[in-house]
Amino acid sequence: MSEAVIRVEGLAKDYDTPAGPFPALKDVSLDVAPGEFVAIMGPSGSGKSTFMNILGCLDRPSRGRYLLAGRDVAKLDKDETAALRNRTIGFVFQGFNLLPRMSLADNVALPLVYSAIGHEERLARAGAMLEKVGLGGYAGSLPSRISGGQQQRVAIARALVNDPRLILADEPTGNLDSHTSEEIMGVFRALNDEGITVVLITHENDIAQHARRLVRFLDGRIVEDRPTLQPAHSPPTLPSAASGRHPLPREGGRGEGPPC
Amino acid sequence: MLGAMLREAWRAMGANRLRTFLTMLGMVIGVGAVVLMMAIGQGAQYAVAQTISSMGSNIFVVLSGYTSVGGVRTGGGSAPTLNVSDAEAIAELDGVDTVAPVHWGSVQMVRGPNNWNAWVHGTVPAYFDARSWPVAEGGAFTDSDLRAATRVAVLGRTVAQNLFGDEDPVGKTFRIGQAPFTVLGILAPKGQNLEGRDQDDLVVMPLTTAQRRVFGTAFQGSVRQILVKASAPEVMPALERNMESLLRQRHRLREGADNDFTLRNLTAVAESAAATTRVMSLLLGAIASVSLLVGGIGIMNIMLVSVTERTREIGIRMAIGARERDILAQFLLEAVIISVIGCAIGLGLGLGGALLANQLAKMTVVVSGSSVLTAFGVAAGVGVFFGFYPAKKAAGLDPIEALRYQ
Repeated sequence: MSEAVIRVEGLAKDYDTPAGPFPALKDVSLDVAPGEFVAIMGPSGSGKSTFMNILGCLDRPSRGRYLLAGRDVAKLDKDETAALRNRTIGFVFQGFNLLPRMSLADNVALPLVYSAIGHEERLARAGAMLEKVGLGGYAGSLPSRISGGQQQRVAIARALVNDPRLILADEPTGNLDSHTSEEIMGVFRALNDEGITVVLITHENDIAQHARRLVRFLDGRIVEDRPTLQPAHSPPTLPSAASGRHPLPREGGRGEGPPC
Repeated sequence: MLGAMLREAWRAMGANRLRTFLTMLGMVIGVGAVVLMMAIGQGAQYAVAQTISSMGSNIFVVLSGYTSVGGVRTGGGSAPTLNVSDAEAIAELDGVDTVAPVHWGSVQMVRGPNNWNAWVHGTVPAYFDARSWPVAEGGAFTDSDLRAATRVAVLGRTVAQNLFGDEDPVGKTFRIGQAPFTVLGILAPKGQNLEGRDQDDLVVMPLTTAQRRVFGTAFQGSVRQILVKASAPEVMPALERNMESLLRQRHRLREGADNDFTLRNLTAVAESAAATTRVMSLLLGAIASVSLLVGGIGIMNIMLVSVTERTREIGIRMAIGARERDILAQFLLEAVIISVIGCAIGLGLGLGGALLANQLAKMTVVVSGSSVLTAFGVAAGVGVFFGFYPAKKAAGLDPIEALRYQ
């Protein structure tokens, strides 16, 4: 097995509150291998969001070690962690978090602006990513003109545009109906089939069943870590390195036109 | 990268056009006021400089003393205490360029149906050089006119107009009493002096002619004034001391006795006038700068609002890899763009205002390239200075907090 994408050892995070330090995470250890698809579950306040923020280099742990792709994040300065967020990690949020005044193409191209990539190449790669998530015809539209499911596809395209090794998704289906949720999970599965490591937070069991491994948090600790039963999937330890960039499944059933 | 940031800034400014416009208006008014006030201040300085140069540069004036008859003292220049040999002695001193003794008085002149009263300056040909005052039409009198005391004169513009009207006076004659005088030339117009007196209301003729044929002084060779032109401004203080001791010695004045002459440094008088205008123009600029400052504070205020409004956007940008300096640069650029565009518009309005002041109020205005460049520099500086704090605040946001912000 190759080097872990994520290696967490004895991770702890305390928040300062008026009543004294509150431990949000207590001694969490976890390894995620390349090509894994992990769902993190747990009730609110269990520490899963704090854990996700630390994985995403948005927050720093109080104690313990976090190695992202073999690099100790604690030893990196702010610019280096920004570069990690830019190139190694792709974020997908519950609220989509597209910039409302920008066209979809500009939204998708935004991470490339911070990797100093030229205008032409930015637009070409953003166009290719929109194509990949099935929204090729919408490059010039504004986010407000498309549905929530489509917005989340655009957000996924943005997360993918800089070829990250890891996708971190914080309740990506939390604002979507069950049918659209299934479609978005289909997109994540297809990405995972291409070899991209996916870690997502969810509180819905049937969403978690799309992953291959389930980690459950409670009171700042991991209380369960087991494979899900996914007959449709190939084993996580054998990422399909040969598989090319085939298009992901398109949004089905609701037609291709703008929804409103 | 810069192209993308410029488009970002443009988009952000376009999202709230009225607000952007009002913010810009602060800069427009500030820069416009500074440009206009600088144009008026520099115009005043220019006008004073013109007047000063019309007096001639590096000039001393030595006036003869006063007479005291029964305790009634007459003014300076009325007693015959200076004479031509004093002027000749001064000419020998170090640092003297030219010396022109002047004897003056006012006389009535007649030409056909016209008559006019004006000052006559009887002097030597060096007078025109000492006062930097060229003869515009015709010519000046010469040393041989001086020796022969010929009846010739050079007219100031005002006198020429009043005596001759539309005629060309050169070569024609006018009378003083019964004696005819030939006009050799017309002086270039000089305009008002610092006190507002018309310097062109004057007739210049050879000293000997004035003394013997016009005023008929009882004291042969006495003059009322000696103009002394120094060779350079640096030698003037030493020359002033040397002239004073020379004249005291020549006039045999005892230790402690008052001078029977008055020595004046015209350049010093002019410099104090110039300094007054300089202070006034600085004051105008300073008052106008206050409005620029207010404009800058307006930018800072709006940028702070903008940072708060776009907190979530900042969080998103940080999450997808923006470094602190990217965020800082984005907001700073926006502030600078607002101030520079505002500056360009303000510059146009300020220049238009200066043009109006010139056309309607007949004010002298001067717009220099350096004042335009200064305005742009200051505007960019104001943008950076007042944009920096909001931009720093944006860059220092915690990405997690920013992402949660509603």
